[in-house]
Amino acid sequence: MAKDPTPLERFIQGIIPENPVYRQLLGLCPTLAVTNNMKAAMTMAGAVAFVLLGANILTSLIRNLLKPHLRIVIFTLTIATFVTIVDRFLAAYMYTMSKSLGPYIPLIIVNCIIIARCEVCASKQSVVTAGADAMGQSLGFGLALASIAAVREILGTGMFFGLRILPLSWPDWVIMVLPPGAFFTLGLLLGAVNLIESYREKGRNKG
Amino acid sequence: MEKLKNNYIVQAWLVLLLTLCFGSSLAGVQILLSPKIEANKINETRQKIPGLILDKAALERLEKEGGSLEIKPKTIRVTKNNRIVFYKVFQAIENGKVSGWVVKSSGQGYADKIELLIGLNPSLNKILGLFVLEQKETPGLGNKITKWQFRKQFILKSTNMPLVASKTGATSPNEIDAITGATISSRSICSIINTAVKEIRASLKENPINLKPMK
Repeated sequence: MAKDPTPLERFIQGIIPENPVYRQLLGLCPTLAVTNNMKAAMTMAGAVAFVLLGANILTSLIRNLLKPHLRIVIFTLTIATFVTIVDRFLAAYMYTMSKSLGPYIPLIIVNCIIIARCEVCASKQSVVTAGADAMGQSLGFGLALASIAAVREILGTGMFFGLRILPLSWPDWVIMVLPPGAFFTLGLLLGAVNLIESYREKGRNKG
Repeated sequence: MEKLKNNYIVQAWLVLLLTLCFGSSLAGVQILLSPKIEANKINETRQKIPGLILDKAALERLEKEGGSLEIKPKTIRVTKNNRIVFYKVFQAIENGKVSGWVVKSSGQGYADKIELLIGLNPSLNKILGLFVLEQKETPGLGNKITKWQFRKQFILKSTNMPLVASKTGATSPNEIDAITGATISSRSICSIINTAVKEIRASLKENPINLKPMK
């Protein structure tokens, strides 16, 4: 068996080489649903980061007590607890944002990124590695959401983080803010990432 | 011993323990944050009320004089298809006189439930303001119901005749210009207002005791 990845490796892998959205194609529901503006996307990324960090650390702490057939129950239980905390926190301190994100915050419970990290990393490795893994993966997820949300908000409304950056004469491409825009953007960006990857692969083979 | 080890409950000790810990910490979070969340919700509604009843000039006058509207939350009992439902209404009182009502009402929109705050004059026959509290209509089309451009049409409309959303441009006084590409959303707004006004009027006419302070 290969040696387990170190904390640093885990951290770096999460950002680009094993990016949860572009390479693992996980967590696509929030990726499509809340990326029509940067503010919502970044709130979602923050919420997922908190849940992922909490769930990964807790799972790693109790990893020696886990029974194989009961592990998924425990992962879900842990994740649901952290998600509920985030949901209440947003409703108390960021009320309008919590209203506009609607059901997508509670839906983090079924976000596959988190359960995958608990299964792949946290239930097998130390707390430090699990923490680094959570941070890397959340950063990767945040970057992916930011890239899609930036394209959609700028083309769809001419604004970035709610500030106008394109001239008023820009004809807002409303479709970018609508659900089809999410699919177009994700598809094109995924294609671009794969294209770059295939060129790099070729370069490596030659060298 | 072996039997005990294979028992479901014994195997699940960690699950049970975690449930207890998580449950109690969530209860703690709820106790800590729920007053704040409740306050946010009430605030949102309350902030809207003066603007739904008073026009701009009256609002400025009120601010200059340092006065404020007294807002009394109440409920109105309505019998609907043999079911009893309660409308949430806010009575706005200025210098001891009722200056208007704000009715919270909801109905089916194109995508999901639409929740409205409707400002009405004291005798309930004129609309003074309209605000969309909650909607999930199509972005770019149906969600224009939240825009002032659409909502301002309702102001000072009489409620004696049911409001109708017109696709070809409003001609008669009880017509509203429907949003292009969102006729259903526009119609929903009209029908929510029509139903609310009709039911509340009927209920108050039938028995004024149906209006009660909110507990």
